[in-house]
Amino acid sequence: MWNAKIIVTYKPGILDPEAKTIHHALGSLGYDHIHDLTAGRYFELNLDGQLTKAEAETRVNEICEKVLSNPVIQKFSVELGEVKS
Amino acid sequence: MKFGIVVFPGSNCDHDSYHVLRKVLGAEVFYIWHKEISLRLFDAIVLPGGFSYGDYLRAGAVARFSPVMKEIVEYAKAGGPVLGICNGFQILVESGLLPGALIPNGKMRFLCRDVFLKVTSSASRFCHQYETGEVLRMPVAHYRGNYFAEEDLLKRLQDEDRIAFQYCDAAGNVTEDDNPNGSKLNIAGIYNEYKNVLGMMPHPERASESVLGSEDGLGLFKSLLEKI
Repeated sequence: MWNAKIIVTYKPGILDPEAKTIHHALGSLGYDHIHDLTAGRYFELNLDGQLTKAEAETRVNEICEKVLSNPVIQKFSVELGEVKS
Repeated sequence: MKFGIVVFPGSNCDHDSYHVLRKVLGAEVFYIWHKEISLRLFDAIVLPGGFSYGDYLRAGAVARFSPVMKEIVEYAKAGGPVLGICNGFQILVESGLLPGALIPNGKMRFLCRDVFLKVTSSASRFCHQYETGEVLRMPVAHYRGNYFAEEDLLKRLQDEDRIAFQYCDAAGNVTEDDNPNGSKLNIAGIYNEYKNVLGMMPHPERASESVLGSEDGLGLFKSLLEKI
């Protein structure tokens, strides 16, 4: 079985008020050495082991582009590994 | 003239739009359940406000995959008028019928109050009852209404006269102080290339009777009812 760990974040330059708020809150708690903070969303998918690695990769990328992220404002990263089912 | 109002699980302004079209203007209106796939009978489609699918993933992101949306894309491409209000606007950008994106409000707050809007372009089947430059007052009620687009797209929207509404002050001045959610160029509503699709964050259906404090939204529905 293939396991895909996906992280979706805003593209640089897009204002993320949630990350900004967390950053600010950390500052007010005294953690003032933080230069940048990124917030994002995490997804994990398990895919059929019958697929080749390349096929699994193609499908996961397609899912990320079409559904899990909005390419206008977000980017994503995928970590694909094999797991025993 | 037959209007269709699409109902998704989580739509909550569908009845308001129905009320204005049916009871205030006397038009023929039908609800369209999101699993229906025939829109041929309708002369205009409204995607109402609300929280379709609980705003899961991103606002409008799941509604976009409802069976009816495929039909709406076809309907719009064939020139049929589609009006998206609030969540309806979010669904239109997620489905690619309108460009850009709607991200969380700049101040991370749900906004629910009246705003002033400048009619930036009235030359459309949605707005011909207004004058360009006219100032309207109607409510906004959203968390993700911050319109984002890259500079080249913003320029194109301006050059092609596709900005329908901008947030402004009572006199119609478009200033940063009157931008409630951080939208680029104070954009509150935009048209597609052929101006048969309009998406807007403010709620004209909540400002169509004097008893509600404003009738400024009525012009939109009247425009759709009456030919240009």
